[in-house]
Amino acid sequence: MSGTAARAPLLELRDLAVRFTGPDGVARAVDGVDLTVAEGETVGLVGESGCGKSVTALAVLRLVDPPGHIAHGSSVRLEGRDLLALGPKEIRAVRGNHVALVFQDPLSALNPVLRVGAQIAEVIRAHEAVRRSTARWRAVEMLAAVGIPDAERRAAAYPHQLSGGMRQRVLLAMALACRPKLLLADEPTTALDVTIQAEILELLDALQRKLGMAVLLITHNLGIVAERTRRVYVMYAGQVVEQAPTERLFAQPAHPYTEGLLAAIPRLEERRARLRAIPGQVPPATAWPSGCRFHPRCPHAWEKCRADEPPLLDAGAGHKARCWLIEEPDKRKK
Amino acid sequence: MLGFVARRLGFAVVSVAAVVLITFLLVHAEPGAPMLGSPERTRASPETVARQRALFGLDRPLPEQLLRYAANLARGELGESFVLHRPVADVLAEAVPNTLLLGGTALVVSLLLGLVIGAAQAARHHSRTDTALGVLTLVLYSVPVFWLGLVLLLVFGERLHWLPVSGMTSAAIHDTLSPLGRALDVARHLVLPAASLALVQAAAFARFQRSALVDSLGAAHIRSARAKGLPERVVLWRHALRGALAPTITLAGLSVPYFLAGSVLVESIFGWPGLGRVTYDAIFARDYNVITAAALVAGVLVAIGNLLADVAVAIADPRVRLDR
Amino acid sequence: MSPWRVAARRFARNRPAVRGAAVVALMALAALAAPLVTADPLAQPDPVRLQDRPPSSTHLLGTDPFSRDVLSRTLHGARVSLVVGVGAALLAVTLGAGVGLVAGLAGRRTDQVLMRGVDVAMALPRILLLLAVLAVWENAPAAAVVVLIAATGWFQTSRIVRAAVLGLREADFVVAARALGAAAPGIVRRHLLPHVAAPVIVSASLDVGNIILLEAGLSYLGLGVRPPTPTWGNMIMDGKDVLLTAPWVALAPGLALVVTVVAFNLAADGLRDALDPRMAV
Repeated sequence: MSGTAARAPLLELRDLAVRFTGPDGVARAVDGVDLTVAEGETVGLVGESGCGKSVTALAVLRLVDPPGHIAHGSSVRLEGRDLLALGPKEIRAVRGNHVALVFQDPLSALNPVLRVGAQIAEVIRAHEAVRRSTARWRAVEMLAAVGIPDAERRAAAYPHQLSGGMRQRVLLAMALACRPKLLLADEPTTALDVTIQAEILELLDALQRKLGMAVLLITHNLGIVAERTRRVYVMYAGQVVEQAPTERLFAQPAHPYTEGLLAAIPRLEERRARLRAIPGQVPPATAWPSGCRFHPRCPHAWEKCRADEPPLLDAGAGHKARCWLIEEPDKRKK
Repeated sequence: MLGFVARRLGFAVVSVAAVVLITFLLVHAEPGAPMLGSPERTRASPETVARQRALFGLDRPLPEQLLRYAANLARGELGESFVLHRPVADVLAEAVPNTLLLGGTALVVSLLLGLVIGAAQAARHHSRTDTALGVLTLVLYSVPVFWLGLVLLLVFGERLHWLPVSGMTSAAIHDTLSPLGRALDVARHLVLPAASLALVQAAAFARFQRSALVDSLGAAHIRSARAKGLPERVVLWRHALRGALAPTITLAGLSVPYFLAGSVLVESIFGWPGLGRVTYDAIFARDYNVITAAALVAGVLVAIGNLLADVAVAIADPRVRLDR
Repeated sequence: MSPWRVAARRFARNRPAVRGAAVVALMALAALAAPLVTADPLAQPDPVRLQDRPPSSTHLLGTDPFSRDVLSRTLHGARVSLVVGVGAALLAVTLGAGVGLVAGLAGRRTDQVLMRGVDVAMALPRILLLLAVLAVWENAPAAAVVVLIAATGWFQTSRIVRAAVLGLREADFVVAARALGAAAPGIVRRHLLPHVAAPVIVSASLDVGNIILLEAGLSYLGLGVRPPTPTWGNMIMDGKDVLLTAPWVALAPGLALVVTVVAFNLAADGLRDALDPRMAV
């Protein structure tokens, strides 16, 4: 855990901000995020819909479309290289090659009019100077590697001819075809049945070990995060509100939002009439609340929370939280 | 795939039959008799009208007329034109190819032009070029094709004398020219009428293609393609355009009725000797056989257009093939 | 805020669409006011001396070969175009929605039969049918033209509506309403119609421009509403013979057509973008 801190991180985001200009004003979807992923590490990025986690992943590869743009002052470094300063050709050489991005819904992420084998071969040929035939059999190999039976025949199939689980495997094959060092997986299992989910996650684990790849697992599913990640970042309202080694986060959450998320998970042993939901709603990105952005929904909030925005405060042992309770734990209401 | 085509073909036959049937009924339901024009305008006495109708077998019961027509049709016999005193088949054989030339050229030109403009707009979505082209296509789309024809005729034909204003050939010298010369002569006469038809329809295609491409470019798999590090050119052509091609092809196939309608208007302005002109004259002269035969040809052309559109879409989009 | 209010606001923010709607309103006003502010469009005051005069202070847009005032005729022509355009679009949409609703709500057999019929009907060349009927009908009133154009143009709407209804039939909220005992007509009115309304409105408004051009084409050929009643189409027909010597005779109605249709198309595009922003590009 702390051993990896000595080497330079594989991915380093510093003060990343992404803004969208729309008719209702400027939406600060990502507002000053610091995040690191070390080589071979699995890191979780957790949050509700609309907290900015997907946009963060897009920003890494500069795939944010207008009217969104990455704000000045943001820093995205891959192995020390500033990705935001790269020209179009150079950033394309990174995409799919050194860093791969896997999206949520495999059916819409795949081109419906092209065969899956061709879509995988396309990535290989975009980054490596190989012959068509070579790219083709490597694509078939990748399909086999992700556990698709009868890979040779399946390579000629169209996406809609495959089941959901198989399509997700195809997406993985496409992403890993060039052996990237980092995989950004945005909700890789949300569209799938629970049993298939487990299979895909196992597969991801195995491939990661084989390739020595780092994974940023972006999800709202705390269960997956608990099982599969080493460290976790929790996002709310465009900011990281808590970060910690996974075990510590689940055992001793420091931020009321994380506490709320964990408390909301229904447990079999408990007998409750109502689910414990976090009161209120996520505010719109065009109007984040003043002070601590969580204060309208926080059971412990006091005047300081309304007035001053807390920075990430150290809670010890690699654990940080953006909450004044770290400094004034006695303000915590019982 | 074969089954798909066979089904569409069967349907095409049914629709052509329906076209002929309905035209037949419409035509024979009209008062008056061939060559006498409308009852109000001619001063023919009822006896004359009755006699005229009997002469052409129009006093027989309708089902009998229909059967006779169908039987003749099966033999390839289209009847004779009452007005022109020639076999209908001959009249059509002369006129239809001219309309095919005019309409076909206009269709191809408008499709290409529309695709290019639409793609240019989509690639520069929301830029000044996009807006400017958008205004252009909107105006062209809103212009009546016959008025555009008149304006083009006025400007390029009469004022500037660049292009001929009437007919398909320069009658006086056409036969004296070499084959190449003759082709060029026809081509010169083709420019204005085809341009009138093509410009309006190109605007329609461009508007449609722009929206289809922008949709396509916004689709999730385009983002995926970019995330794979593919060059923008490949993303546009291989991924976005393929998806947007199918609806535009369908639109092209379905535009055949528009070109037929336009040809009626444009042919009369430019004196182009085609099916539109023939049909128009026949309707006013109550030349029943010609009208019905023209409807048949029109129905066939429309059916072919629809069929080709369906087949082309099935080729472009594999999801369609494997469905029913 | 109800979805209609949201759509209205979106429309209001779309400047070209608002301008288009304004022009349409102006045109309608001019058409309504025409008999009050301009001379009689049919009057031929002085066939010899006032024939084909260029625009002047007494005749702002000149006169035509029959010494009739072009401005007055153009404004009166707007009445026909607008009535036919809007009337036929509304009628066509009503017919199409009716058939589409029935097809979507009825059993498979009825649906199949209806849709096969629609498919065949769509294969008929519209222009041919219109030509055939109108060529014979000497004094067809504008109403007849409206009905004929509508009767030949409702097919696409029926497909759209049928598709929407089929999609909604199995939707959770409809099943829930039925489970709660709601009767069919109530479900149609309160749940289905609002969902279907949006694509129908868009379809109708996009049609108006095309119908206006279609009617103009028909009257250019001397069909439909015939002279001396002015329509933009038959004015162009009159004007084409004097195109070189008196171009304003054909130019005025032509420009009026272009402006009106552009305005309708702008407004229709705006309606489409406002009602379904996903389709907005």
